Amino acid sequence: MFPELNSILNSTPDSFKSSDFILVSDRRADASFLIHHYLSFYLRAGCKVCFLGLVQSFSHYSAVSQRLGVSLAQAREKGQLVFLEGLKDSVGVLLQEDTSQETQPLSYVRSPGAGLEGLFRFVECSMRQSGDGDAGESWGPPVLLIDDLSVLLSLGVSVGAILDFTLYCQATMCSELQGNMVILVRCEEEDADDVDEEGSNLLQRGLVHQCNLALHVEGLPTGYCRDIHGQMEVWWRQRGENIYNQRKIFHFKVHDKGASFFARGTSSAVL
Amino acid sequence: MAAPVRGMAGSISIGNTTSFQKKTRSKLVSIPGTRPSVQNGQLLVSSGYNSLEEDRYDSYSRMLLKYFLAEGVVCGHELFLASARDHPDQIMQELPSPIVDDVAGMKISEGQSQPSDPENPDTMKIAWRYQNQPKVQIALASSVRFGHYYDVSKTMEPELRQAAKCHSFYQLQETPVTTGSRVSNNKNMLLETSQQEASALLMNVRNVLRLGLHSLGSVLWGDDVCCKDNPAHCHALTTFLYILRGLLRTSLSVAMVTVPSHLIQNRAVMGRIIRLSDTAIALESFKGSEKETNPLYKDYHGLLHVRQLPRLNCLSCEVPDTKDLAFKLKRKQFTIERLHLPPDLSETVSRVSKTELAAGCGTTATGNKHLDF
Repeated sequence: MFPELNSILNSTPDSFKSSDFILVSDRRADASFLIHHYLSFYLRAGCKVCFLGLVQSFSHYSAVSQRLGVSLAQAREKGQLVFLEGLKDSVGVLLQEDTSQETQPLSYVRSPGAGLEGLFRFVECSMRQSGDGDAGESWGPPVLLIDDLSVLLSLGVSVGAILDFTLYCQATMCSELQGNMVILVRCEEEDADDVDEEGSNLLQRGLVHQCNLALHVEGLPTGYCRDIHGQMEVWWRQRGENIYNQRKIFHFKVHDKGASFFARGTSSAVL
Repeated sequence: MAAPVRGMAGSISIGNTTSFQKKTRSKLVSIPGTRPSVQNGQLLVSSGYNSLEEDRYDSYSRMLLKYFLAEGVVCGHELFLASARDHPDQIMQELPSPIVDDVAGMKISEGQSQPSDPENPDTMKIAWRYQNQPKVQIALASSVRFGHYYDVSKTMEPELRQAAKCHSFYQLQETPVTTGSRVSNNKNMLLETSQQEASALLMNVRNVLRLGLHSLGSVLWGDDVCCKDNPAHCHALTTFLYILRGLLRTSLSVAMVTVPSHLIQNRAVMGRIIRLSDTAIALESFKGSEKETNPLYKDYHGLLHVRQLPRLNCLSCEVPDTKDLAFKLKRKQFTIERLHLPPDLSETVSRVSKTELAAGCGTTATGNKHLDF
C-alpha cells in the first residue's frame, strides 16, 4: 500500500468507495506495482479478495507483499484471499490435458474460442461463498483483482469475450455484491497506419468506458530517466449519476518497499 | 562472456542478467553456478531467465546464445537446445572457449576507484570529471566465479563440452506435424520434452536446466508469424511462450529465446512477446543499414536496446543509469558498453581560426568580426 497514492485518490483502508471499478493500464511501462498496492490495500481493509494471477506465480506476489507488510500465505489460509494460480496451472491444462474440476477456470487455455465462462464461474463462486472462516470472521466487501487481463489476448481469446467477462464481473461484483474490481491491462504502441481490430488497445478503450477510475502508466515523454520512472495519469470518471471527468498527471518512482508520487517537476532529484 | 553477465544485485545490469525463482526456499540448497541475490533472495544464474533476444539480422543473438550455453557447460548445468535451422550439435561445437586465466578476471573486478583501463593507468587529468563515473563493466567484488570470460576466437574443448549433459531438439528431425492445433504440434512436443527434462532435474538432481531456443518465430518452426501481417495462428507462438513461462516458474530452469524480429512485421505480436518474457533485449546490428557508415557509430557493431527488465519477487528492479548501450564483437570477445560519442578531434576548427587571425593582423581593421578591438 502506498500512502501517497492513497492521499491522491482520497481513500484509506478504513474508508474507501465501494462498487468501484478501477482500471489500471500501461503502455511501454510496467504498472504492476499498482496491483501490489491494491492487493495490500484491500487485504488491510479486511475485504475478501479474489486474485486472478495470470502472469506471475503466487510466491512472487507473496514476496512483494511481505515487503509491504501483508502476508498472503496467512490471508489465504484464513480464507480471506482466494488465489488462482493461472500461470503455473496452465501448463498442466495444456500439456497433460487436465480436464478435472479444478482446472475448469482455465479452460480458455485449451479452447480460447469458447470464452471465459469457466473463469467467471470461478470468480462468482469464490465471492458468493460466505466469508465466515473457522474463526467466524466475516470479511468486508468482496474485491476482484486481475493481473493481467491482456495476456488472454496472447492466448487467443477474443476482445469481445473478454469484455463480456468483465461486464459479467462488474454486474456481479460491483452492482450486486457492492464490491470493487481492479483490473490491469497492458497496451501496445498505437500504430497509426495499422488498425488493430483484435488488440489490447481496443480492449483498453472498451474497459475505460466501463470503469469509474482509470490509472494509466507510461514512460516520460522526454525519455528514460533513472530518478523518475514514469508518469501516471489519474482519470476520475463517473460515479453513479455524476460524471467527473477530471484528469491529473503525476510522476512516480518505484522503490523497494513502495512508490512515491509527486507532482510533475517536483522530483527530489530535480529540486 | 567478457561483458558482465552477472546478477541483479549491485552491478549495473546490462539487461542480460536476470534471476529465476527457486521452487523451495531452502537455505541449504547450493547449486554450482548460482548465487542468491542480495536484493530479493532469489537464486541468480549468470545470463538468463526467459531472456528474450530480438535480433535484426540474427548473427549476434546467436553469439549471445552460445555464451549462455557455454556458461552452462562451465557451471555444470544441464542444457537443452532446440533449433530449427542449424543442427543443435553444430551450435554446440561453436561454443566459445572459457578463459581459465584468473588474471583477466581479477583486473576487472577491482572497484571504481582504480581504473583498470590500461591506456590510462593514472588518474585522469583532463577528463577528471569522468573519473567518478561508474564503468558499465563493474564486477562484483565478492566473487569472480560467478560469470566467466570467454575467448570467441577459440572453440570449447570437446572434452569439456561433452562433460555437460545436453539434450537437443532439432525441428527438422522430429516427426512431421499435422496442422490445425492451436499450439502447433512441434512446439507441443518441445514443451513436453522440456517439461520432462526440467521436472526430472528437479526431482532427482538439484541442478539448473538451461534452455536455449534458437530463432523462434521463424518459418522453420511452422509459424506464419513471419509471413503475414495478420497471421492466422499468431497466438500459437505467444501461447507457447506463456506455457514456457509457466514451466520455468515451476522448475529450476532458465531459458534464452532468440527471435528474428526483422521477420516479424506485426508490432503488436512483438510487443506481446516482450511482455511474456522477463527480460528482453533487442540487438540492432549496423550491418547493411545506413548507420554502418555513420561516424558516430564507427566504434561499434550495433546498438543494444533494453526493452524490458525483470521484476521478480520485488517491486522494483535494478535500474540502469542509461539505456544507451552499444555492442561490438572484437576478435576475442563480445563487449557491451555505454554508448558514447567519439571525441571531436577535427582539426579544421583550429585551422580556420588561425587563418582568420592572420588576415586580421595583416590588414588594417577591415573588420574581422571575431576580433573587434
